[in-house]
Amino acid sequence: MAIERVCVVGAGVIGSLYAAHLARCVEVSVLTRREDHARALAAEGLRISGKSDFTASVYATAEPAELPEFDLGIVATKATQLEEAASSLAGRSAAATLMTIQNGLGAEEIVRRQGDWPLVSAVTFMSGVRHGDTHVEYELDTETWLGAYAGTTGYERAREIEALLVGSGLRARSFPDLRPAQWSKLIFNATVNAVSALTDLPHVSQFAARDGLTDLGHLVFDLVAEGKAVAAAAGVELHEDPWEMNVHAVRRGETLAAEGHYAHVPSMLEDVRAGRPTEVDFITGALVREAARHGVSVPLHTAMYRLVKARECA
Amino acid sequence: MRVAVIGCGAVGSLFAANLAQLDDVEVWAYDLWQPHVDAINEHGLRLSGAGEVVGRLRATTDAAELPRCDFGIVATKSMHTSSALEATAHAFAGGAVCSVQNGAGNEELIAEHVREVIRGTTFPAGHIVEPGHVGWDTKGDTHIGPFERSPAPMDKVRALADACTRGGMPTHALEDARGAQWRKLIFNAASNAIASLTGRTHGQVAEPPTRELAWAVMAEGRAVADAQGITLDMSPEELFDHAARKDVAYGHKPSMLQDVEAGRETEIDFLNGAIAAFGERHGVDAPLNRALTQLVKGRV
Repeated sequence: MAIERVCVVGAGVIGSLYAAHLARCVEVSVLTRREDHARALAAEGLRISGKSDFTASVYATAEPAELPEFDLGIVATKATQLEEAASSLAGRSAAATLMTIQNGLGAEEIVRRQGDWPLVSAVTFMSGVRHGDTHVEYELDTETWLGAYAGTTGYERAREIEALLVGSGLRARSFPDLRPAQWSKLIFNATVNAVSALTDLPHVSQFAARDGLTDLGHLVFDLVAEGKAVAAAAGVELHEDPWEMNVHAVRRGETLAAEGHYAHVPSMLEDVRAGRPTEVDFITGALVREAARHGVSVPLHTAMYRLVKARECA
Repeated sequence: MRVAVIGCGAVGSLFAANLAQLDDVEVWAYDLWQPHVDAINEHGLRLSGAGEVVGRLRATTDAAELPRCDFGIVATKSMHTSSALEATAHAFAGGAVCSVQNGAGNEELIAEHVREVIRGTTFPAGHIVEPGHVGWDTKGDTHIGPFERSPAPMDKVRALADACTRGGMPTHALEDARGAQWRKLIFNAASNAIASLTGRTHGQVAEPPTRELAWAVMAEGRAVADAQGITLDMSPEELFDHAARKDVAYGHKPSMLQDVEAGRETEIDFLNGAIAAFGERHGVDAPLNRALTQLVKGRV
């Protein structure tokens, strides 16, 4: 089934980047949480600046019943809002493929509880800055990695979605098995997001510094090592070493900073600064639960999990 | 007896003003805060709250003015120990110097400048009200004893304890003061670091989701104390729970949280950092204290 109609659920930074780019090739509908957000998108279109520069027109609604049929649904809410988003799709477009792009682990199971759609798992490294309901700045034009979830569909479907995303001007890469990539990002995210949320530091060079005895990079390295032990116990061979991902991201951040851009603020720090609940249950929490399931001890991630939970309710 | 208090902030002022009540003790205070020093010289050093005291003493910002002293009491923040001793060590050529600071590692720094060193741990607390005036929040005991690597003789330890006690600061002279120091260090390290990273009060730190973490952090501290042959004089865990009571200090913001909120440097190197460092020296890994140190240092 060719992909001609895409529904994007959630119009935050990531959802907006998908919706606007895809609207240049296919019909796109957007489901927002707020009605005024949907009205603004319908009236003004969706502007992307930064790495791309255009304004797309999209169909937008806050009412699930008003969504047109779709061939591909991209569930782009925060993990904390996933359950609500998935339930709003229950009973709709049964033949469509749904793609989850939430941070951490466990998104697919949550969607699965709402319907039997074929599922594609994805992780994305794109980032952006929201300048309002109808304007998102495309900051890091990095790849979306995707793969069929647990036999609910095949590699072919993942490749079709990859082709669609690439055709729309985004970067994407499909994998026969996404778990190695998903776990690489899980470990990277659990480490970088939690350290950032607790230190109030954007993802800056301290995260890779290991010269002094008390340099922060030691902790980052130790957290990554715990994560790698869990992956090994779960039988997952990592796609990339999360420590190397960290070093690369920090270097890229330094280059951007030298060009006058702001250092990247991980989403968990954004949430903490805004006094919102974080995704820590889906990221660090997921890693801690996987560790327990496989009998691996992760005292540092456990400590980080508790500290972030405590910071959330302070 | 002539005593110089080095670092006349809240805790230093409690010692200085109380000791100045004694006829047989001449008190000097060295501090870099000029308005405080001027106010002390003009109007005396006033304590209010848990006790009402006005102490008459000589205060100075110029270390060269300090005469030869029998005792020094060091009450600076720990990150200023080295610079303060470098400036004032000449006054203690024949004297003994006692730390009443937070954490561990200060005596080692003092011993780089002074031969006779006394290890000390003090419980009383206060806050600066205005120059020359300190609020006395909490009374409590002080424990002092010879610093093993560069000890003051026991009779000097007793003489200082006796003067402090007579002045109104109950002080115990011990052959081994490490148990009191490490009990307070283990308690403080857990409470301060977790509070400063989460923004929560002492009482909240003692509750989920951080209660188990606090206990794990204290267990590491105990292991490091054990490895040094230190017997804690009281249970830090019991103190933790006691302080967390609503009628004691549930809502207290530990000083490191206050430092972080004010954007000031913290004493983390002398608390969790010291537990990790002493652990390393004695072959005990303290990964949680190390992680907390790295996080707090990352924060500021």
